[in-house]
Amino acid sequence: MANQSEEQNQEQQQRPIVMVHRLPTFSFSFANRLKTHYHLFDPLDSPDLIDLHRDSVRAIFCVGPSPVTSELIARYPCLEIIVGSSAGVDHIDLRECRRRGIAVTNAGNAFSEAAAEYAVGLLIDALRRVSAGDRFVRAGLWPKAGEYPLGFKLGGKRVGIVGLGSIGSEVANRLAAFGCSIAYNSRKKKPSVPYPYYAKVCDLAVNSDVLVVCCALADETHHIINKDVMTALGKEGVIINVGRGKLVDEKELVQFLVRGEIGGAGLDVFENEPYVPKELFTMDNVVLSPHRAVLTQESFEAIQEVVVANLEAFFANKPLVSPVQNE
Amino acid sequence: MATDESQNLPKVIVFIKPPVFTLLGEHYFHSPIFQFLKAYESPLPLHQFLTTHAHSIQAILSSGGAPVTADILDKLPSVRLVVTTSAGLNQIDLPACRLRGVAVANAADVYSADVADLAVGLLIDVLRKISCADRYVRQGLWVTKGDYPLGYKLGGKRVGIVGLGSIGFEVAKRLEAFGCHISYNSRKKKPYASYPFYSNVHELAANSDALVICCALTDQTRHMINKEVLLALGKEGVIVNIGRGAIIDEKEMVQCLVQEEIRGAGLDVFENEPDVPQELFAMDNVVLSPHRAVFTPESFKDLAELVVGNLEAFFLNKPLLSLFGDE
Repeated sequence: MANQSEEQNQEQQQRPIVMVHRLPTFSFSFANRLKTHYHLFDPLDSPDLIDLHRDSVRAIFCVGPSPVTSELIARYPCLEIIVGSSAGVDHIDLRECRRRGIAVTNAGNAFSEAAAEYAVGLLIDALRRVSAGDRFVRAGLWPKAGEYPLGFKLGGKRVGIVGLGSIGSEVANRLAAFGCSIAYNSRKKKPSVPYPYYAKVCDLAVNSDVLVVCCALADETHHIINKDVMTALGKEGVIINVGRGKLVDEKELVQFLVRGEIGGAGLDVFENEPYVPKELFTMDNVVLSPHRAVLTQESFEAIQEVVVANLEAFFANKPLVSPVQNE
Repeated sequence: MATDESQNLPKVIVFIKPPVFTLLGEHYFHSPIFQFLKAYESPLPLHQFLTTHAHSIQAILSSGGAPVTADILDKLPSVRLVVTTSAGLNQIDLPACRLRGVAVANAADVYSADVADLAVGLLIDVLRKISCADRYVRQGLWVTKGDYPLGYKLGGKRVGIVGLGSIGFEVAKRLEAFGCHISYNSRKKKPYASYPFYSNVHELAANSDALVICCALTDQTRHMINKEVLLALGKEGVIVNIGRGAIIDEKEMVQCLVQEEIRGAGLDVFENEPDVPQELFAMDNVVLSPHRAVFTPESFKDLAELVVGNLEAFFLNKPLLSLFGDE
């Protein structure tokens, strides 16, 4: 009834305001849950209210990889936190956040297991040619068995993890159970980790049969997997990328694959999504995935919890659950 | 000359060319201790070939497509050993061997890791829809239709292993690292396994989100996975088979998939290879593999070593490396 909704509206207004920032094609499923504690303000739904709320917005909930630019940040002078719902934060102007003292939170561990199991799935697929075998059967080619190239054994392979963060660690745990040996490269050595550390990715590559790229995209990691690293990895090497497309020099990777100078790849991310280099479409030693390593039904429940927990912590002046170290 | 020498070497009969001879290379099976007598290279029909050579044959090298029947054993009274290239023994009349004091040496654990790897790969693929998404990208649909639908997380799922032999045990170890909850059904409870045991497969299915079929094909296990078991597994259940096609009632499974009584399947084996039920070709919730769970060059080399090792031990009166003992 009209009176009730007016009361509800008033209640809403008294709650702390959380601005929802999203690209028009993005949405999220837990608005009602957030509305029980916060006054949600979505500029796309209510553009006329931007001026009204400008000075009250202390928190932005960023839906997926909707870009958070310096212009957007400048519009909200009282902004203190951006609560993200992605594993990556390369869509957020971190430099501007640092300058303004704005905290940023990401998905934390909500997606790590999902991403790690997907990375392992891509690796098994690339080595053992699971997708290629499935294509082979569906094309009716099995009766000609004996022509189909063998896959390669996973056990005993030396796996180099590029970026031993929460996703990289989960990948390591899983691959250890297959009898792989693990080594890693990270910005800094991790003291409590039992795996060998290589300060340079090239050195890691020389000593690996497989590279699993799990790190964040930042200026320092742009094209971290370059021609030299691919050469070091060698003709039988396999690259799995569940980080960001720009971590790998894609043009070079394609050339290496075309020339048979690298053994194979499993790619969930690309430099210019959704465009995938055409040359890869005919390759059986490559597995192509449309950026979905974290996309499971269960992930959606998990991310809700992380977003809610970070907002609660912020408004209660408690330590954030998954802050991004923004040095 | 090599030919003259070899005429004195003890003979091992081979009925059909083992796939591994083609896929790896026959030279890996060469030994100075014995020679192969290749029935498949003779113009004589098999029974005549057997009669001609009967008294000189002490051992049989068997692979999947060439059954060792009581009849064959009768025609080869000097045979004391059957060595298989396969992990499975369903093509060997084991009671007939036992009756005649013919020892059987199988491929033992040589394949177990590789088969387990593929089983896990198929399970991740079915749940996370890796092959489907790869197909989607190769068809150009990521560009035109956008994101591919969500998959289901592997971690946290209850997985029922059907047959906790060496392969089943390797599967269990790997899946534990993904955070799966393992239980199993086997002929007998395994004292070394701490996983919950179900004495019948129906109950296992009722308490599982996924079944992984790892057991041998015997009279007792033929069509053991029937309609009741599949219905007990349920609408969100997934089945992976790397054992033998006939362990599952394939017609019923296809119906269950068509009617969405189960969520999906990952299949390396079929009742009538290389024929695959047509209905499966149209499904996105099924991953099809052309019976190649053992097919890696590394496994094949290990197999060659084991086969040669067993045969040499036999002819040198030493203990066999992988004597198959009835449990």
